[in-house]
Amino acid sequence: MSGERAILTPTPHLRIEGLSKRFGSVPAVDDLSLDIPRGDLLALLGPSGSGKTTTLRLLAGFETPDSGRILVDGEDVARLTPAVRRFGMVFQHYALFPHLDVGQNVGFGLESQGLPAAERSRRIADALAMVELAGLERRAVGALSGGQQQRVALARALAPAPRILLLDEPLSNLDPSLRERTRRELRALIERIGITTILVTHEQEEAFDLAAHVALLQRGRLEQVGTPEALYGSPRTPFVAGFIGRASPLTVRVMTHDARVARVVFPGDPGGAEVQWEIPQPEPLEGGPSVLYVRPEAVQLVEPDPTRLSGEVTLRRFLGAAALYTVRLANGESVEVLADPDAAQPGDRAGLLPVGGGSGLHLFGGEQGRSDDQAAGR
Amino acid sequence: MRRSRRRELLALLVALLLGWLVVYPLGLVLLQAIGGPGAWTLEAVRRFAREANEWRALWASLALSLASVVGAALVGVPLGVLTARIAFPGRRVVATLLGLPAVLPPLVGVLAFMFLYGETGFVARLVQRVGGLGETPWRLEGAGAVLLVHVATMYVYFYLFTRAGLAGLDPALGEAAASLGADRWRAFRRVTLPLLRPALAGAGLLVFMTSLASFSAPYIFGGGFRVMTTQITSTKLNGDDRLAMVETAALLLLALLGLALLKRSEGRRDAVGARKGVAPAPLRARPATRAVAAAVGWTLALVLTLPLATLVIVSLVPRGTWTVEALPPAYTLGNYRALLADPVRLKPILTSLWMAAAATAGALAIAIAVASLSRRKVRSAGLLEGLLALPWAVPGTVFAIALATTFSVYAPLTGRFVLVGTLWILPLAYLVRNLPLTGRAVLAGFRQLDPALEEAGASLGAGRGRVLRRITLPLLKPALAAGASLAFVTAFGDFVTSIMLYTYDTRPISMEILSSLRQADVGQAAAFGVVLMLLSSAVFFLAGEGRGTSG
Repeated sequence: MSGERAILTPTPHLRIEGLSKRFGSVPAVDDLSLDIPRGDLLALLGPSGSGKTTTLRLLAGFETPDSGRILVDGEDVARLTPAVRRFGMVFQHYALFPHLDVGQNVGFGLESQGLPAAERSRRIADALAMVELAGLERRAVGALSGGQQQRVALARALAPAPRILLLDEPLSNLDPSLRERTRRELRALIERIGITTILVTHEQEEAFDLAAHVALLQRGRLEQVGTPEALYGSPRTPFVAGFIGRASPLTVRVMTHDARVARVVFPGDPGGAEVQWEIPQPEPLEGGPSVLYVRPEAVQLVEPDPTRLSGEVTLRRFLGAAALYTVRLANGESVEVLADPDAAQPGDRAGLLPVGGGSGLHLFGGEQGRSDDQAAGR
Repeated sequence: MRRSRRRELLALLVALLLGWLVVYPLGLVLLQAIGGPGAWTLEAVRRFAREANEWRALWASLALSLASVVGAALVGVPLGVLTARIAFPGRRVVATLLGLPAVLPPLVGVLAFMFLYGETGFVARLVQRVGGLGETPWRLEGAGAVLLVHVATMYVYFYLFTRAGLAGLDPALGEAAASLGADRWRAFRRVTLPLLRPALAGAGLLVFMTSLASFSAPYIFGGGFRVMTTQITSTKLNGDDRLAMVETAALLLLALLGLALLKRSEGRRDAVGARKGVAPAPLRARPATRAVAAAVGWTLALVLTLPLATLVIVSLVPRGTWTVEALPPAYTLGNYRALLADPVRLKPILTSLWMAAAATAGALAIAIAVASLSRRKVRSAGLLEGLLALPWAVPGTVFAIALATTFSVYAPLTGRFVLVGTLWILPLAYLVRNLPLTGRAVLAGFRQLDPALEEAGASLGAGRGRVLRRITLPLLKPALAAGASLAFVTAFGDFVTSIMLYTYDTRPISMEILSSLRQADVGQAAAFGVVLMLLSSAVFFLAGEGRGTSG
């Protein structure tokens, strides 16, 4: 997938072109290209060390790229200082100036623009009203709650009317109970303003909830970009299948495949070639050993039978409306299955059958299937 | 219940001990200034008030201290910012060199300065030679000379505090300012500098109090310029005890007043966001900026640390060989051999070592007692901590006079014994002066100690002794090492209390340096200075090692 240009619209507001940054000999961001349309909210998602924070810092101008361009409306800003770039940033720990009050914090960027005092106070009041903190200008930032600090940081970033808004894990410092509400409010606010926004997060739920599009990074490279639904429903690499949502990797052998469907067998199963699954497969595959990623809702528990893939239930996790069962196959591999809470008990033998026409089964062939250790080990 | 009552009793005993050592002598000075107890009279106070010289010395002390704060800030803050924030060749070396004066006893700093920039120093001799002048081109004497020495030795407080403050700043704050459109200068002026204020106020307070108490520089470079410390010493030597008491009281009040005012201006401490990750990397500056930074950094580092090198060179000069030449004609290790071979010369080193060690051990014990009592929330915790910190505000000269007054009379019922003239007066004086240094370090160490760790030890079956030995003390080791090394080095290099209280048998290194100077044996004086410097650095180094291994 290297160097892939993911084109979301023909006229991007922000275009990242072949962006690379190394620290010493370690590539932090490796030939990254992305187009972001005007008003889009894109989440950079990935495990730690995937380069998402470095990408954000390159966008903000705190780091200078080794190569590549960052185009805003066609203008390359990659080598501009942060001060003239006009990107607003909300820092992970907010970085509110502790010696300035709320109003002075929000007005800091307006002062840099040299606005007259009256205009400044009006814009400060507007920005604070926007985050529902109207009238708190004279409050010390240390006297605010975590949620209020987060909103002051947002108001401060938005007050100078930046071209692009950057959010670095904006909710990670909040109480879990506050997070969901803040997330909703944040998304509503960004949509209302219509500002192009890049968000960094390591939490998939946050990315899905906030962003219109998600770019999944790994080791500085773009794995896939698209809507959350596209990433979940059609992962293009084993890493994406393993990182987004739950999926159990199983070793399979592709027997036949055509433009529509592939037939696979499970080489480790005592039933041998008798067990065959049909996997919907839009693209042709290499033959030989492959890896099948199985979503928990893509299979059901049935009576064990020599013609079915079967194994022993080793673990049951009660989730409320359903339970998550771990079934260990004869070759030692395990599958997680979502089923009724009373479907089985640990120690039972159970058979496995695909449901729903094979959606939630993702097949990766040849080198691609085997090479990715990280996907399974997440 | 019984345990807590025993604790309160112990706290009372410690409070009494500290009161006897710290408050009582100062109180006696105040009383004796007005003739008490018994022969009440304001005669000496009137004499003090009428005498223009006394007022001049008082103003001189105040003005010198304020000027030292300004001068030290003007040198120290830019150097701190330069070495912390701008990348230039040799930045680390310059940064280390500039921190060196912090480990120097004041007398050694003064001595080194004299050998290099003084009227018979290297620079003056070179200028004389190059210019073909008949006499030395300048005399390093008077108010300007004292101020110069103060700035050249005390900038280090501003320098170190600025660097520490910058290292403690969250780099995201600077980035936030930049992303809000502020250029470097505005970000520095509006964000960095205000956030450094507590650190700078702390450094200012330190310089002010150090200058007010400074004795070595005015004593050696003052000439006709008298400050209170030198004034007190000369009055005392003239035998006018009562006037010396009034002068001492005046200096004490000035010190307390200055402390109160500066504390107030220090203001509230802004809650700086917890720092994450590593210290901000220095800026990659433009080549021109780098060149200027390198030039300024290296020049100042050399100007400010060259005196130390000079000290080493002078220590190699045999007595009487260096007269009118620009550079000494001969170098030998004779002065060091004499130190080791001649028991009379070796003795002051050994005396200083044991007295400093005893004083440090005593001060450390008292500090640990106060800190552990204070943590167990005894009623007198605030009082105990206050008594421990009080000597910091009291100039050494004042304490020397106070102790000399208190312990020159045998009156057991009023807690007075004859210690002056014995082995014990100097270690006692060092101990009292060391209380704030050890106290601050040990209290801070105890405060950082999470009680849950000791509770965890106890719940795992360790008794009180084992908890102390295996958990508390190892965790406190860095704090104890820091406090002890600072205290030891201060006592080891002490000059200001020693000159008032020493006897021939207990003369410390500093007095031996002075007497070598008086005999015009500069080489020997410098050799003593180098020994003082090396042993002090060794103690700091060992303490730092101790800190490292326990982390």
